Amino acid sequence: MQKEAEIRDPLILGNKSFHDITKDIAKPVEGKANKYWWILFSLSLVLFIWGVLSMAYTIGTGIGAWGLNKTVNWAWDITNFVWWIGIGHAGTLISAVLLLFRQKWRMSINRSAEAMTIFGVAQAALFPLIHMGRPWLAYYVFPIPNQFGSLWVNFNSPLLWDVFAISTYFSVSVVFWYIGLIPDFAMLRDRMSEKTAPMKKQLYSFLSFGWSGKAKHWQRFEEVSLVLAGLATPLVFSVHSIVSMDFATSVIPGWHTTIFPPYFVLGALFSGFAMVETLLIIMRKVVNMEAYITIKHIEYMNIIILLTGSLVGTAYITELFMSWYSGVEFEQYAFLNRATGPYWWAYAIMMTCNVLTPQLYWFSSIRKSFVATFILSIFVNIGMWFERFVIIVTSLHRDFLPSAWTMFSPSFIDIGIYLGTIGFFFVLFLLYARTFPVIAQAELKSIVKSSGSEYKNKK
Amino acid sequence: MSKNTLYGIFDCELVLLAAVKEIRANKIEIKEVYSPFPVHGLDKALGLKETRMAITAFIYGCIGLSLAALMIYNIMIIDWPQNIGGKPNFTFYHNMPAFIPIMFECTVLFAAHLMSITYLIRNGLYPGGVSDSPDARTTDDKFLMEIEVEGNVADVKAMLTKTGATEINEKDA
Repeated sequence: MQKEAEIRDPLILGNKSFHDITKDIAKPVEGKANKYWWILFSLSLVLFIWGVLSMAYTIGTGIGAWGLNKTVNWAWDITNFVWWIGIGHAGTLISAVLLLFRQKWRMSINRSAEAMTIFGVAQAALFPLIHMGRPWLAYYVFPIPNQFGSLWVNFNSPLLWDVFAISTYFSVSVVFWYIGLIPDFAMLRDRMSEKTAPMKKQLYSFLSFGWSGKAKHWQRFEEVSLVLAGLATPLVFSVHSIVSMDFATSVIPGWHTTIFPPYFVLGALFSGFAMVETLLIIMRKVVNMEAYITIKHIEYMNIIILLTGSLVGTAYITELFMSWYSGVEFEQYAFLNRATGPYWWAYAIMMTCNVLTPQLYWFSSIRKSFVATFILSIFVNIGMWFERFVIIVTSLHRDFLPSAWTMFSPSFIDIGIYLGTIGFFFVLFLLYARTFPVIAQAELKSIVKSSGSEYKNKK
Repeated sequence: MSKNTLYGIFDCELVLLAAVKEIRANKIEIKEVYSPFPVHGLDKALGLKETRMAITAFIYGCIGLSLAALMIYNIMIIDWPQNIGGKPNFTFYHNMPAFIPIMFECTVLFAAHLMSITYLIRNGLYPGGVSDSPDARTTDDKFLMEIEVEGNVADVKAMLTKTGATEINEKDA
């Protein structure tokens, strides 16, 4: 059995037995949805439908439906893309990196965080797809021999690296998630009765692949999880590094910086944890997981947000310093324009939400408050969206020829697609919360006797 | 002589682990143990061999890396060399720094997917597969020890009770 220091707070509250955990995790799947679920689902569905219509309009008429112009030729689409990819990062960090570090608190949240990753990356992937204008030609991004001669993709290009990085990241995340889900689906399968819920029984039988929990299978399961975590760890750092190279390898002042890869990865973890908190604070209430997702879990995540937020702040200041120190006037102007030009307000929102407000987590009362955490996590989500907006739009809108200087304003369609992906994301997450075991219960059961409150109280 | 199968059911992983050790020390062969979660040390206690999943991942990763290098070499150097931003396009190793991201991604892609597929095949898991667990409670909160006995069933039963089994079921073969 694993031992744990007595002074650590319990990770599972309320003297849960193995069977209690089974019941609690199966409850949202077996029961009916409550009022809040239906309200949230309907709202998300409306946004999603708006998004689908906007996407259809874009594909039907062309990218001209967006607010882009000749100067700002890349705006919300790439902003949203980077934002969603970044959100995905926390899930892999929780399930992979924290597994390698043997962090037990990961077990209550990794399933949902990984779900968030998969749904987030799916939203991100929509943007390049739509931006192609002719999404049915999307296969051009893969190195497939074709009938037009030896027309190959360019392996020197960060955009192609992105294709490989994101498709690998997405598919490996799905596999990692599913390997962990198999024993939990088996638990649901064995609870469903043939008589009262034949459809569900069949569904979970199909999904659980015939898992029976033999000792040899568990031995392999643990090794496969460890190796997948080891593979996913460099993957998660590579994905956002490569996303940042879409910018960093260009020659646009404000983009052409070597600090981008670590800066983007940190920003991604920062925004990802904020989104995990936003989702979990809602979810623990909606599906009654208060005993498993405790204030301790939230506090640990807040500490990571504090750390990554401070590092992101350091990166902002380093960028300013380097542009001054470079002695290149275009570089200097790009940053001066960011902070004091017509988009000063976006820069101010970014600085406030990403650097200043997370510093409140130094106070333990704020770190240990669900309400404060929820509000601050929304701040971070907003701040990180603006960070990408600032990097992209303010570097472009005043380009090399002052006569071409202009502003960007999003069209109705731009807004529709963005809100549509938020709706789509929540539709997927809400459906997930009612059909999947939202906590990795098999893994969680292995720490009941070392980290459960019953054990802690006995000592 | 007829073979009987005994199912000893345990409530606690610690009791189970001690029981496995004691029963094996008494030269009784345990056919299988079913548990709702991975029990640390159970594989060693049962005398299972170490799994070779990690080795397969390494091999698959090497395959992925080689295939990626081969693909890129063929496309960028042999089939259609192009001058892109002045990057050297006549030799693979000069141009390689730009190829590393994709070679890395392919390594991970192959290692992760092929290892997972190997895992499913070795475990006999496939969509719609049927569980062969003798008791449905083993995915919930019970640990089940399966012992095939020829002859004195009573001794083995006594052993199971002594080591902490809360329930013993029997199946005639």
